[in-house]
Amino acid sequence: MADTITHPAQEVDEKLWKGGKSPFKISYGKLMMWYFLLSDAFTFAGFLIAYGSLRASMPTWPVPDFVFSTFPGGLHDKPLLFVTVMTFILLASSYTMVRAVQEGHRENKKGVIFWMILTIIGGLGFLGSQAWEWTTLIGEEHVTVTTNPFSAHTESGVYLEGDGHTINEGDTFIAGDPYLIHKHHGEWHQLSYKVTEGDDAGLVKQQNFGPRAFGALFFFITGFHGFHVLSGVIFLLIICVNVATGLYVERKNGYEMVEKIGLYWHFVDLVWVFVFLVFYLI
Amino acid sequence: MGHSYDKSKKIALKTILILGAITIFEVLFALTGKGHLFGGKLMMPGIAIALMMIVLSATKAYLIIYEFMHMKYEVPALVRTVLLPTILLVWAVIAFFYEGNDWQKRRDLIIQKNKEQVQKRDLDQNSDQSGMVKEIKNEDLIQG
Repeated sequence: MADTITHPAQEVDEKLWKGGKSPFKISYGKLMMWYFLLSDAFTFAGFLIAYGSLRASMPTWPVPDFVFSTFPGGLHDKPLLFVTVMTFILLASSYTMVRAVQEGHRENKKGVIFWMILTIIGGLGFLGSQAWEWTTLIGEEHVTVTTNPFSAHTESGVYLEGDGHTINEGDTFIAGDPYLIHKHHGEWHQLSYKVTEGDDAGLVKQQNFGPRAFGALFFFITGFHGFHVLSGVIFLLIICVNVATGLYVERKNGYEMVEKIGLYWHFVDLVWVFVFLVFYLI
Repeated sequence: MGHSYDKSKKIALKTILILGAITIFEVLFALTGKGHLFGGKLMMPGIAIALMMIVLSATKAYLIIYEFMHMKYEVPALVRTVLLPTILLVWAVIAFFYEGNDWQKRRDLIIQKNKEQVQKRDLDQNSDQSGMVKEIKNEDLIQG
């Protein structure tokens, strides 16, 4: 017995990795959830890096506060308002998830169910908002995976015709001003304009379509995130039902499943922080 | 963990309020910087807005990972195995942005080169004197 009382730190070090207890003081399931989330972070980062490098390589790019400026109820020119609402829905559902985990720690079954249902409602609210956003982009503004009518001017000029919406004949613009090419009865209306400054001054040109990759990047990245939210909602539902049937009361590790889905749910919120950053804020 | 139930509840509420406040600030800052608020009087260069947004988003990420996901209360070895690999991502972001910028520079160079006009010389005279193979004139090229 005298040998074992040598050095406290050394003793801990030796015993930590000899089996019998968890060196990370965490269960196998939670540790694997962390590593899954790490690998998922790499997948999302791959997408976002592709987006960033393509955007940096283009002379022009759709302006976010022009592209995302519609709001339900026929409102226009409300830059970033709708996506801010979406962000708040997801943030709020993250808070309700934390509360569900905390109720799980004190084995309060009713509390867990209450806060999990709120989280599910939040997730569904976010998915509904995203569906609306996609519907507007595809149905009204005609953005597809391969066509992008949103762009911004690279030179100053004056319009030679109007679009019947916001642009009138004779309106001037400068480099960086955004525009949307409208589609009526299946036909694109690319407005012609006269360049007023620079090397090409005096030339008459037509509005060009924006960078082709925009639609594909937007739909794939937000779609992949939305698919994560959808999977999260499904797993939340399954676990919520399990909580209600009292399955976890009998388990040795209690409400650990709630903690695991909690980790996943916060990760989805975390990814949205970065999607929000690169697609909408910058 | 590590806290009583009431303390944890308070921390969670405080964290969500900070996250919400940062989000509102981010949106207002971006809109002001891009000239949508205050009559466009407080516009900022894109790089300043981008840096501010990145710093604020990193703060949000920290709060979500450390408080909501409880990373703050895990043992250091676990924190390291999860967070250190993400340094690779930071490097990848820097490398690809650099590369993307280079693509744009090259594109600009090609556009510039396409616009360059070559001065015409009297080619017939030169070829007669030197006895070299007759050079092809621009007009010949256009006619095929």
